[in-house]
Amino acid sequence: MSDADKSTIVLEAKGITKRFPGVLANDSVDLKLHKGEVLALLGENGAGKSTLMNMLYGLYHPDEGEIWIKGERVELKNPRDAIDRGVGMVHQHFQLVPVMTVAENVMLGSEITSRGGILARRRAVKRVNELSQQYGLEVDPTALVEDLPVGTQQRVEIIKALYRNADILILDEPTAVLTPQEANELFRIMRDLTAQGVSIIFITHKLKEVLAVADRIGVLRGGRVVGTAEPSTSTETSLAEMMVGRSVILQVKKEEARPQDLVLKVENLHVKDDRGHLAVKGVDLEIRAGEIVGVAGVQGNGQRELVEALTGLRAVEDGRVTIDNVDSTQFSPRQITELGVAHIPEDREKHGLVMAYTLADNMVLNNYYQKPYARGIVMNKEAVVENGAHLVKEFDVRPPNVLTTAGKLSGGNKQKVIVAREFSRPTRLLIAAQPTRGIDVGSIEFIHNQIVAQRDRGVAVLVVSAELDEVLGLADQVAVMFDGRIVKTLPIEEATRERVGLLMAGAEV
Amino acid sequence: MATEQKNDSTSRATEVLQRIWRGLSVPLFSVFLAALIGAIILWLSGSNPLGAYWALLKGAVGSTEAIGRTLEKATPLVFAGLAVAFAFKAGLFNIGGQGQLLIGGIVAAYLGYAITGLPFIIHMPLALLGGSLAGGLWAAIAGALKTYTGAHEVITTIMLNYIAINLTDYLANGPWKDTGIIARTPKVLETAVIPTWGFIPVGFLIAVLMAVLTYYLLFKTTWGYAIRTTGLNAEAAMYAGIKVGWIIILTMAFSGLLAGMGGSVETLGVIGRYQPGFNVGLGFDGITIALLAKTNPLGVIPAAILLGAMDAGGSQMQFDAGVRFQIIDVIKALILFFVSADVIVRKILGARAVDEDKVTLSTGWGG
Amino acid sequence: MTTTMAATTKKGLKLDAALVGRIAIILVAIAALAYYFYRPQQATAVYASTLRQSTPLVLGALCGLIGERTGIINIGIEGQMLLGAFIAFLVNVYTGNLFLAVLAGILTGALLGLFLAWMSITLKMDQIIGGTVINILALGLTSFFYVAGLTTKGKLQPIPLGPLADIPLLGPIFFNNAPITYLTIILVFFFQFALFRTVWGLRTRAVGEHPSAADTVGIRVNVMRYMNTTLAGCLSGLAGAYLTLEAVGSFERGMTNGRGFVALAVMIFGKWTPLGSWGAALLFGFATALQTQFQFLGLDFIPHQFVGMFPYVLTIVVLAGFVGRSRPPAAEGKVYDPE
Repeated sequence: MSDADKSTIVLEAKGITKRFPGVLANDSVDLKLHKGEVLALLGENGAGKSTLMNMLYGLYHPDEGEIWIKGERVELKNPRDAIDRGVGMVHQHFQLVPVMTVAENVMLGSEITSRGGILARRRAVKRVNELSQQYGLEVDPTALVEDLPVGTQQRVEIIKALYRNADILILDEPTAVLTPQEANELFRIMRDLTAQGVSIIFITHKLKEVLAVADRIGVLRGGRVVGTAEPSTSTETSLAEMMVGRSVILQVKKEEARPQDLVLKVENLHVKDDRGHLAVKGVDLEIRAGEIVGVAGVQGNGQRELVEALTGLRAVEDGRVTIDNVDSTQFSPRQITELGVAHIPEDREKHGLVMAYTLADNMVLNNYYQKPYARGIVMNKEAVVENGAHLVKEFDVRPPNVLTTAGKLSGGNKQKVIVAREFSRPTRLLIAAQPTRGIDVGSIEFIHNQIVAQRDRGVAVLVVSAELDEVLGLADQVAVMFDGRIVKTLPIEEATRERVGLLMAGAEV
Repeated sequence: MATEQKNDSTSRATEVLQRIWRGLSVPLFSVFLAALIGAIILWLSGSNPLGAYWALLKGAVGSTEAIGRTLEKATPLVFAGLAVAFAFKAGLFNIGGQGQLLIGGIVAAYLGYAITGLPFIIHMPLALLGGSLAGGLWAAIAGALKTYTGAHEVITTIMLNYIAINLTDYLANGPWKDTGIIARTPKVLETAVIPTWGFIPVGFLIAVLMAVLTYYLLFKTTWGYAIRTTGLNAEAAMYAGIKVGWIIILTMAFSGLLAGMGGSVETLGVIGRYQPGFNVGLGFDGITIALLAKTNPLGVIPAAILLGAMDAGGSQMQFDAGVRFQIIDVIKALILFFVSADVIVRKILGARAVDEDKVTLSTGWGG
Repeated sequence: MTTTMAATTKKGLKLDAALVGRIAIILVAIAALAYYFYRPQQATAVYASTLRQSTPLVLGALCGLIGERTGIINIGIEGQMLLGAFIAFLVNVYTGNLFLAVLAGILTGALLGLFLAWMSITLKMDQIIGGTVINILALGLTSFFYVAGLTTKGKLQPIPLGPLADIPLLGPIFFNNAPITYLTIILVFFFQFALFRTVWGLRTRAVGEHPSAADTVGIRVNVMRYMNTTLAGCLSGLAGAYLTLEAVGSFERGMTNGRGFVALAVMIFGKWTPLGSWGAALLFGFATALQTQFQFLGLDFIPHQFVGMFPYVLTIVVLAGFVGRSRPPAAEGKVYDPE
């Protein structure tokens, strides 16, 4: 591409403002995208990146400001308008219909038909193959989307955009579900696309990726653009400071672990997933009191099923789980809790809280039937409220009103409620699944420190996270999970990003 | 300062009044709107709405007899409303009140006439409890089906209704039949009858007692906590160690017990025997009442009295104003509509939406 | 919730549904032929009655599945049928015209479908409550306006399709039926094709499985839901018109008698497909036809109330056995609210 081309602005946002009830999501945002460049949009969770992109794709409408595409002022009333102007979007949560084929998903909404609205399936399959060849994106057009691995599904999403002649591509947190190696593959695809004239906006909160693939970097914080940067002149630290607004310690502060007796022992565990296939295929694991074992791995390799089996939410097909020498394999969730197990669930809204209950009622979710909250079957409301008030203060939950309903809290505060509840019981084993997903940096720090504090108090800790940095930051031992098995366990000193990344992808290292 | 204190107490009083208004405004206005549309329908079909409504009022509260009739009609409605409201709290939709009531009624009748030689103190409670338990078992079938097979209770309870209609029809026409041509059971013995205190049916007092008991159960006990948690977030409930499968079965059972009790009270206190064709449409009334009461057991009482008044006044309305009493069914349907589509009523009233009131049950067929 | 339920309750039999289905169809065909050769006249009567009994069930199931495929649960099919029957009846009595009456029935169903869509989508009411409102409203209105003793002016008569009607066994069953029955069979095949082979079908299914996926490619989710629910309502209305104008010849209060709910079981048993629903409806129709036949023959070793229970018991058995093994459209019952 000529230098003249490179400086053409294909997309521009001027003064974009968007308000939601109680929140100013975007505050007078300016943005320029040049032809053939990769613009990385950096910001932590809640900074307003997705909202902005949804407006560029016509899903939301700006309250103020202008959008210019290829030199023309446009009003995008719906995604069709955006698609017509060459904008394609790959969402963080894939927008694919699981029970339909790749070809059907690609053509949905812009179907290839023969007379009278009848679908021309064979031609659709052919077209998908053509695009697949042209851009080096391997997919099988006749496969059902739900049978495809996540990396392939992402390729389908990209083909969907290219099928509609997109030359401006918005990728929203695309590497959230990829191994480091798959992410590199994605970056190669991105470079190929830009070489063919496609312009890309790449949203992420991962600093390393930004430095690896971006041509330019824009940083959003609190809904405003706080700066732009060039990768050549930036470091992770400088970017992190722009993202958060103060100097940030990227490393979790902790002393060396002093592990004691064995608390959790998992032997040859086999667990099935929702569809009846084996998701955990023979896992062995040991965790001692006073140490943190972090399970690294791309989502979808059996971590969820493993955690659910350990906490009694899912049946065990084969194998054994022992907690403090008690065989807990067939135990119910309540029995496991009573053994001294605390659980921070992966999906806090689904498993962790009852949104319509007050904070006080949520705080006793696991022990509402025990003294002093209940005598026999009669509940003692004062005791419940008192306990809640105490915990809310200790764990700095905002707003500190025990009688508010949980649904009204922010993500970070919801997680704090869960942490408060779980940590307020005498604990031997803490199982934390994705403990800081979708939370602001301040709360992330708080929760990480709490986890380390538990460890130092002699609790055995299991942290399962899709964020490799979180695992590497917290763990004393790193167990890598791939295809339902722990393929290797490394002490933290030997767990380099490269080595772990390869193990996460199933390579032998 | 005296003036400040006075302001404080008046503002506190205003606050309480405001809260009451916010809680009651939608149900009250829904009834008003339904009555308005009912009036329009009456006017369009050639009747005089004001005359009709006046006759309705007369028949419902115009004399002590009328009030007694209202309370009598309200009694099974309280039970039906409680049954539906209780099930709602666990996230279950019990449309089987009709069938549970019939089964309860006929079993109570059988215990009432077939067992001899017992004093009132034992016989009446026995018949009452027997009928209630029968209703509970009938509903528990649907609960067990849901827990073990995932079959949605909306369809299973409705199917059980039709099966109950057939079953009770068979029993009343066959093994439990009275002498004579009419298909019904023999009269229950004196010792099993539920009396009246003056013009107040004791059955109504039993209903009020059950409402209070249900309220206490739901909001003051650990069982209630478990039930409500299951209804609000079944996954969190499981994680909390609550045995959701059992909660479903037990909740349906208690819900059926309440409906069965309604049928038993009706049989033992009002009709004196079981005869087919009594209290049709009760299941749906129960839904209307439960939603009008915002699924609060205590709120079921006034809601049931309202619908009971409509039923009691209906025959007077037909007699005096010549208006078919089925218009009441239409008005009830409209009440249900407005109470559930509270968005409309709120728009008219200019009130803000409060999410806690939302009742959501549709999450597919449970497969 | 299913996960844990399935995980903590007893494991059921693992049968391959497709294989069982095929074996079942073959066994049924053999049994049907055997019955015919044993008692030809009786068998023919029962089979013909089966097809007719299944008609309202298929139509109801089609109504239900089109709505559910698009994401709207409709338990108001019973009310749509009932009110559709009533209006069709009234129009026929006051105009003497059968065709207009059928149209009126269809239109009534469409209006109730529109009402359900409005309640579910715009008012964001719980869909099961919305369906219940329709049922109660239909019962109330039909009872209030009912006038006893009227019968229809004329009735939709069977139309034999020439020489085809003379084929033994198949002739009287398939080729000698009244218009709505013929229409229903055509509709089954029409919708089977439309749902899986046309643009409309693809988009409808996408909207019911993953509405945001459809939304992000520019499909107007709620518009589709409105349209489809209204269209589906037409079919229930047609079922109502069938009951009063083709099957019975008059109107009675509550004449639908639970068919609208049985149709839901038919839909689930048929895995939300038109052809599957037809098969399921034939099964239910057969049960009812057999019951009538037994009564006709005076076989009363079973009290008639128990025979009467049979369709409802069968519905429960089907639901219990099949709902756990089949997958309804993933996004049904949920309000779609993009912003």
